[in-house]
Amino acid sequence: MREVLDYWAFVYAAYAVGIAGTLLMIGWSLIAMRRAERRRDRSRGR
Amino acid sequence: MQSDTCPVARCLPKRVAMHGFANPARFLRIARWLMPLLLVCGLVVTAAALAWGMWRVPPDRLMGDTVRILFIHVPAAWLGMGGWTTIAVASLVELVWRHPLAGIAARAAAIPGAAFTAICLITGSLWGRPAWGTWWVWDGRLTSMLVLLFLYFGYIALADASRRDGGGARVAAIFGLVGAINIPIINRSVVWWNSLHQPASITVGKSAIDAAFLWPLLAATMGFGLIFGGVVLAWMRAILADMQAESRLRRKAAS
Repeated sequence: MREVLDYWAFVYAAYAVGIAGTLLMIGWSLIAMRRAERRRDRSRGR
Repeated sequence: MQSDTCPVARCLPKRVAMHGFANPARFLRIARWLMPLLLVCGLVVTAAALAWGMWRVPPDRLMGDTVRILFIHVPAAWLGMGGWTTIAVASLVELVWRHPLAGIAARAAAIPGAAFTAICLITGSLWGRPAWGTWWVWDGRLTSMLVLLFLYFGYIALADASRRDGGGARVAAIFGLVGAINIPIINRSVVWWNSLHQPASITVGKSAIDAAFLWPLLAATMGFGLIFGGVVLAWMRAILADMQAESRLRRKAAS
């Protein structure tokens, strides 16, 4: 019996991985940056 | 005329110009407006390119609708390799010219580089299942790309450990340079070994891809590239702020 694949499911999955991965990376970078800059400002005594 | 032939004199203006950007305060002044600009432009261009690829591009004659994965997979692969090339160039600049921001730039490029390499591997696997009938094969291209991801993990751990333990940043820089050997291997793997992966469709100045696929691919690459640049600047700001905070705390503890 020949397996029938829904090609669109693979396309949606790839787009979900690409978009979610990119957004997570941006979010993590911005949070890390804000946290580090707050820490620096605290060390200045501000 | 004499100064044109003197290698020291020829290099001096370039070195002075390069070290002009080594001032962290000047870098931060530029990064503060450039980083959000790159991220916003990148998100807009990427969203437009992916929408174009998803709904406007016709299905491929052989691959059908799965060809749309191209617009995520290929930019991610290029940026994964581009990330390590950035690490290698910045490491070289750090080792040779001792540029203070080069080591920070190398470390900052590692996170987005690893993220795009992981995206490339996962989307490639999702493309491989309908196109090749398998999620994974241990061929030259896929294996060398997986090795690149492990190299990123090693570099991130090494750079972090050498900073935390006060060890020399040179070790991470040397690792960054040595690891660059994997980049030409990835590039030539489809030529050197038999592979299910197709050979390169785009080389310098040449493209075997139809314009209907090429333009959204280039737009997606530009969008993801802008995001990559914005993320690198964000990590550079984070690393710089961490270093400044640590040195202040150390000075306070000593006094």
